[in-house]
Amino acid sequence: MNTKDAVYNFCLRMADNNLISGQRLTEWCSRGPILEEDLAMTNLALDLFGQAESFFDYAASLNGNVKSADDLAFLRSERQYYNNLLVEQPNGDFAVTMMKQFLFSAFQKLMYEALTESNDDTIKGISTKALKEAKYHFRHSSEWVIRLGKGTKESHERVQLAINELWRFTTDMFEMNATDEELISTGISANLETIYGKWNFVVGEILKEATLAIPDAAKIIKGGCNGMHTEHLGHILTEMQYLQRAYPGATW
Amino acid sequence: MTEEQKLEQFQARIDAEEKIEPKDWMPEEYRKALIRQMSQHAHSEVIGMQPEGNWALRAPTLRAKKILLAKIQDEGGHGLYLYSATETLGIDRDTMIEQLHEGKAKYSSVFNYPTLNWADIGAIGWLVDGAAIVNQISLQRTSFGSYSRAMIRICKEESFHQRQGYEIMTTMMNGTPEQKEMAQDAMNRWWAPALMMFGPPDNDSAHSKQSLKWKIKRESNDVLRQRFIDKTIDQAHFIGLEIPDKNIRFNKETEHWETSPLDWNEFKQVINGNGPCNHQRLNHHIKYHNEGNWVREAALAFAENEMKLETTTN
Ligand SMILES: [Fe+2]
Ligand SMILES: [Fe+2]
Repeated sequence: MNTKDAVYNFCLRMADNNLISGQRLTEWCSRGPILEEDLAMTNLALDLFGQAESFFDYAASLNGNVKSADDLAFLRSERQYYNNLLVEQPNGDFAVTMMKQFLFSAFQKLMYEALTESNDDTIKGISTKALKEAKYHFRHSSEWVIRLGKGTKESHERVQLAINELWRFTTDMFEMNATDEELISTGISANLETIYGKWNFVVGEILKEATLAIPDAAKIIKGGCNGMHTEHLGHILTEMQYLQRAYPGATW
Repeated sequence: MTEEQKLEQFQARIDAEEKIEPKDWMPEEYRKALIRQMSQHAHSEVIGMQPEGNWALRAPTLRAKKILLAKIQDEGGHGLYLYSATETLGIDRDTMIEQLHEGKAKYSSVFNYPTLNWADIGAIGWLVDGAAIVNQISLQRTSFGSYSRAMIRICKEESFHQRQGYEIMTTMMNGTPEQKEMAQDAMNRWWAPALMMFGPPDNDSAHSKQSLKWKIKRESNDVLRQRFIDKTIDQAHFIGLEIPDKNIRFNKETEHWETSPLDWNEFKQVINGNGPCNHQRLNHHIKYHNEGNWVREAALAFAENEMKLETTTN
């Protein structure tokens, strides 16, 4: 794979993670457990959509066949989406959503930290800006994980259940393919194995503080970066892409 | 000082355009009227998140997605801000929410209509926020200080919303035949509900007179409605939208647009809970409020535990 194609693929993966994660958070709009948290989740979603747009814009600029960021968001199908399986999982209750957000933003934070040293100036620029947001997302979600873990018996049970359910999708975030090989060798992206080591440590610390047990589940479900998804992504795209698909060529 | 003298002094302050602050003496009826109006305003901001949220997952572009989500977030923020301002009158947010759930407190009846196509998001921003602005600009001069300051702050954001809504309508009126159809359909459905936002005609308004005297309200329902009609009809025509009222006529003498009388029977029906979405909106709020119980309990228990730990280690 040449570097340009690898950068293009990588930008899609980053953008897709942000977009799908933001879409899931948007489902909470007007449904939060308290108004302040309703707005906080919208806030996270807005940050993520902004990050998605930056990566899509860059990707679109690298591919002569792509007109715009919107085409990439609204006109690709399931098998052309490269987001990690974790972010497409259903929201469940507030504990599942916050746990999902926590596991993902811990990854994002480490990823952006690494990418601030990227040899690609655009990726470096986007990541430097996004890192500030990811740090906040990580703090916000880890505070909730601790709060729920140490709150009441019910909240502890719910958040333990949440991690039991989600843990199986976490190694997928660190799976690598030819894209990563090319970008590691050119110093554009990071080795996800290294990130995985750091992630385990960071996540482990918070879970310990939250008095939660790390599940002992097999983690073999993978495929996001190669466009292999769970059943959920198709439904997310169906809803999100509805207007663009129903009225091709219209300007909105 | 007798009650009567206090009342006189209070009215004198109002007449002199002084602002009343939470700690000042005020007649019980004034306090009640404000709580009613301000909590209704706060609830409207929050319930209004639902019809717009209905399109948050289906916004057609990344830009539209961000604008809509940010707008809904603004409205929630207005709700928060107004709840706090109302709390200065001695009622807490939980009680206000309880009153909403029991049907004792109302919210704007306009949110009991459904959002059926994407142009509805344009129509809400342009017409509903547009009508809200006319009302809220007038309320910037309301006699209660906290409410007046809230209106000044909120109005700035509402005018953004209004412009963004009009932009959606403009884009769609410049678009495909299907898009124009959607825009006109939205216009047809939102016009009358938006006009009704100003409340019943002056001769039929239960609380108006006293509210005007205490300057809780500054201008009558009909005056505000006419102001909205005059500016909106021109905006509609400018982008090729028809007003769904065959009898509109510009009166050159008064320099005002004349419109058909509104169906106030429908208004009363919707206010009394029989609109197309009343049940849906209220049940939605109750459902998610109740589903959030365990989260709020957990947060409280955690905060209390942390406090205990702090006092034992200190
Ligand atoms: Fe508002
Ligand atoms: Fe608004």
